[in-house]
Amino acid sequence: MSVFINKDTKVIVQGITGETARFHTKQMVEYGTKVVAGVTPGKGGTDVDGIPVFNTVEEAVQATGATVSVIYVPAAFAADSILEAVDAELDLTICITEHIPVLDMVNVKRYMEGKKTRLVGPNCPGVITADECKIGIMPGYIHKKGHVGVVSRSGTLTYEAVHQLSEAGIGQTTAVGIGGDPINGTNFIDCLQAFNEDPDTYAVVMIGEIGGTAEEEAAEWIQANMKKPVVGFIGGQTAPPGKRMGHAGAIISGGKGTAVDKIAAMNAAGIEVAPTPSVIGETLIKVIKEKGLYDACKTH
Amino acid sequence: MNIHEYQGKEVLRQYGVAVPRGFVAFSPDEAVKVAKELNSTVTVVKAQIHAGGRGKAGGVKIAKNLDDVRTYAKELLGKVLVTHQTGPEGKEVKRLYIEEGCPNIEKEYYISLVVDRATSRVTVMGSAEGGMDIEEVAAETPEKIFTEVVDPVVGLTAFQARRLAFNIEIPAKLVNQAAKLMLGLYEAFIDKDASMLEINPLVVTGDDQVLALDAKFNFDSNALYRHADVRELRDLDEEDSKEIEASKYDLSYISLDGNIGCMVNGAGLAMATMDTISYYGGSPANFLDVGGGATTEKVTAAFKIILSDPNVKGIFVNIFGGIMKCDIIAEGVVTAAREIGLQVPLVVRLEGTNVEIGKDILNNSGLNIVAANSMADGAQKIVNLVAGEVKA
Repeated sequence: MSVFINKDTKVIVQGITGETARFHTKQMVEYGTKVVAGVTPGKGGTDVDGIPVFNTVEEAVQATGATVSVIYVPAAFAADSILEAVDAELDLTICITEHIPVLDMVNVKRYMEGKKTRLVGPNCPGVITADECKIGIMPGYIHKKGHVGVVSRSGTLTYEAVHQLSEAGIGQTTAVGIGGDPINGTNFIDCLQAFNEDPDTYAVVMIGEIGGTAEEEAAEWIQANMKKPVVGFIGGQTAPPGKRMGHAGAIISGGKGTAVDKIAAMNAAGIEVAPTPSVIGETLIKVIKEKGLYDACKTH
Repeated sequence: MNIHEYQGKEVLRQYGVAVPRGFVAFSPDEAVKVAKELNSTVTVVKAQIHAGGRGKAGGVKIAKNLDDVRTYAKELLGKVLVTHQTGPEGKEVKRLYIEEGCPNIEKEYYISLVVDRATSRVTVMGSAEGGMDIEEVAAETPEKIFTEVVDPVVGLTAFQARRLAFNIEIPAKLVNQAAKLMLGLYEAFIDKDASMLEINPLVVTGDDQVLALDAKFNFDSNALYRHADVRELRDLDEEDSKEIEASKYDLSYISLDGNIGCMVNGAGLAMATMDTISYYGGSPANFLDVGGGATTEKVTAAFKIILSDPNVKGIFVNIFGGIMKCDIIAEGVVTAAREIGLQVPLVVRLEGTNVEIGKDILNNSGLNIVAANSMADGAQKIVNLVAGEVKA
């Protein structure tokens, strides 16, 4: 088991004819992901490395029965691509694109209300279920199948955490990068809920960063609902206030969104927070040992 | 992206928002000339810098005649203003806004528009506590702040604007005027892809006018591509020269005051790298995210920007490649180091996509590069090397 995606997931690549999309489509296929179609308006009827290309998402869905899409479309057009995926009633669309104007996302979120589709991202590395399905840009080789769920606002910090876990012999179920934008689709709580319900996930790593209050809300939810141990890390402990640290969402404004507040909220909810990103793996191992879950999590 | 008050008010005028008359001036002569044109009983001379708290720092002067205008203009131009938002080094005043005074203010209010992360909507906030630091009001008396959440389908509605005006106790006879002003603010906010618009204070005058006395705009840099007019308002004097250079290459760079230069891919990892350097007793000179699909050219530019900072006594390159390929990073580092010479220690940690090719490029470069096998290892190595340099 896993969350959101598995070995049977059929995937459409939106914007497949772009250079980045081609490179990562190839990597996804090599990992074993069932990429069944691509979409680029005007390029319908052609193919990319044998994958058929369609003009619209709707056509691609009809022809292939795909339920998930991944978006590698330039920022100016990416919001429209999300709307198209939602309109085609996909179960899930994962938007890798960064730098989407925030007011475009305000409209996207409004459009999505009451609709079926789940959005992951934008500005995210994607979702991977180890050894089954990789949708996004994460390096596949660092992931190892196992029982720890990972959810993170940062792409590269997700890799960092996963790498540490795998090196220590602790595999993962699914790793979800929810993205670094102030307005995004799936949030921490959505992922925590999914991991909570997944019988194969025994523990969760949650990686946040400065800006907003998503970590505080997640901590509250964990305290009330989570049956499995969660360890955390917050990036940006030394970031100066008022400066946007790369991610549009990573900014301390009006004294809110500081790492100190987030770590305090997480500690108060019983979440052990790693003091540096280099010990996220160690911190998880310490906690699962205390809970008697280490042997079950250790990959044999 | 931030703009000056006078530019913000110019934008607001286009949307029918009532603001006092005023002109920008770059010299005392110009200041006097435009003050003559205004011909108001009282003239306000306002320093234009991209930071709040100008009034408290002595950057706003009330002139009773043209001689006063000249005196204050001379005093302010070239002066370094230190406010709670500029940092201790302050900001030099290069432009003034000469505005007609508003002598009969009855009461001050606060209005702002922001994109609220929690609701994924634009939110209009208002308070009767105008002129105050709104963060203090929010912390101490949150019940004095009223909000209206805007549905993007219909935009800010007249009833919401009126409700907010009534809530913040604008006199009943002026509520419609205030509501019209708020609708103008919302229209400007959406049209120009703003991320923040703050009017502090909004004032009601003795002759029944509702006026925006200050205007602080912040624009979404991701949307600037569709607003040539907004891009023209950028004032490069207000920005760090290294940050300007970085923005030419779409690099996300922020100057800090330490001595360890960092080049990292991904904002989260870049922040975490700073955190780790600090944890081991070092101090980062910058935040630099080279982003996803960077080219060798971009990486070379990034590395040059770090090397151009005289405070940098050592460099830590920390890459976990996903969309970013390690060989591109390695090539960029080697190209830049060869072009301008590398006088400081360099520690490189590579992991992820194409890591083996990247390591080969570095190993065969003949450059003195210290390899690290993890972020913690790299951070400790660069902190120790820089500590050695500083002592020597």
